[in-house]
Amino acid sequence: MCGAKKGGLDLKGVDVDKEAVIQGQVLRGEEPVGGAYVRLLDSSGEFTAEVPTSATGHFRFFAAPGSWTLRTLAPKADPVDRQVVAQYGAVAEVSVTV
Amino acid sequence: MSRESALVSADWVEEHKNDAGVVLIEVDEDVSAYDGGHIAGAIKLDWKDDLQDPVRRDFVNQEQFEALLSDRGVKNDDTVVLYGGNNNWFAAYAYWYFKLYGHGDARLLDGGRKRWELDSRELTDEVVKREATEYKAKAQDLNIRAFRDEVNDAIGVKNLVDVRSPDEYAGRLLAPAHLPQEQAQRAGHIPTAASIPWSKAANDDGTFRSDDELQKLYADAGVDFGKDTIAYCRIGERSAHTWFVLHEILGQANVKNYDGSWTEWGSLVGVPVALGDEPGKA
Repeated sequence: MCGAKKGGLDLKGVDVDKEAVIQGQVLRGEEPVGGAYVRLLDSSGEFTAEVPTSATGHFRFFAAPGSWTLRTLAPKADPVDRQVVAQYGAVAEVSVTV
Repeated sequence: MSRESALVSADWVEEHKNDAGVVLIEVDEDVSAYDGGHIAGAIKLDWKDDLQDPVRRDFVNQEQFEALLSDRGVKNDDTVVLYGGNNNWFAAYAYWYFKLYGHGDARLLDGGRKRWELDSRELTDEVVKREATEYKAKAQDLNIRAFRDEVNDAIGVKNLVDVRSPDEYAGRLLAPAHLPQEQAQRAGHIPTAASIPWSKAANDDGTFRSDDELQKLYADAGVDFGKDTIAYCRIGERSAHTWFVLHEILGQANVKNYDGSWTEWGSLVGVPVALGDEPGKA
């Protein structure tokens, strides 16, 4: 996880000081995976939200500060869980490989 | 009702989607999803533009519903198979709506659009136009729709099930984070309501959990299956999903959806509101 701008979603219009943003990209090898499903689970494992990835494999959540799990479901792949910490003032960039 | 009569599998849809008398209908929260690709032959219903009155806060009436389905080419004796994104959230709402107006044979595609996509099944952007029909709707079946006075009388008497997220239930949020509009004046929940988020009824892939898991989910949260039940959420869509689980899959009698839900209750003068994670007292 890093602040990688390469391939990252544009943050224009997003106030990162007020939003605990979690975003990233789903990849199969080097290829982005569009139409995958990324689920945001809270620290107790409870479902909070879900988004499909864009054609470029990107996703974004506006979460609350704290620990979260991203569970990614993609065609022809096992679910992949990634732990992530969200906070105000910093964007949590997550690259998920299925 | 039962799981067998209310749900169909993706394999069933593959086998029967071209049958005369079977109509596939996609209903999504994201109303543009259909245009990007849908199951071959499926038509689309827009949960807002097609199903909500454009002026008053209410549904389209019986005549408007007849005109809508006639225009879209649905017949009274068709088997209507509904599916959509977000664990069939809005498809379940449309299912409830079809039942409200007395449609005979309606089903949900188990897992909806998500399971279909995860299975890498085919989607098409081919435009579908069905021949117009003369659909006849029945008067609303108020055995499955609750209004505010009935909800007020149900406090401490019937099961009330709040299917919103825990933070909305407790009053820490007024709406899901990605849906900021349509808010009530006050946050919280209806006293005595059990908190059972709708999403707990679905597996990760959007299919419904097993009957045993579902029974346990509601029983453990305090639902007394010997009593009548009213489910609510914020605007009545998520609670239609829970209505489907209780009434159609588990076959519970006397389950109603309160579609006024929190946006109505949380703006009413003179009704009780509970805050925090506990149900509160009648």
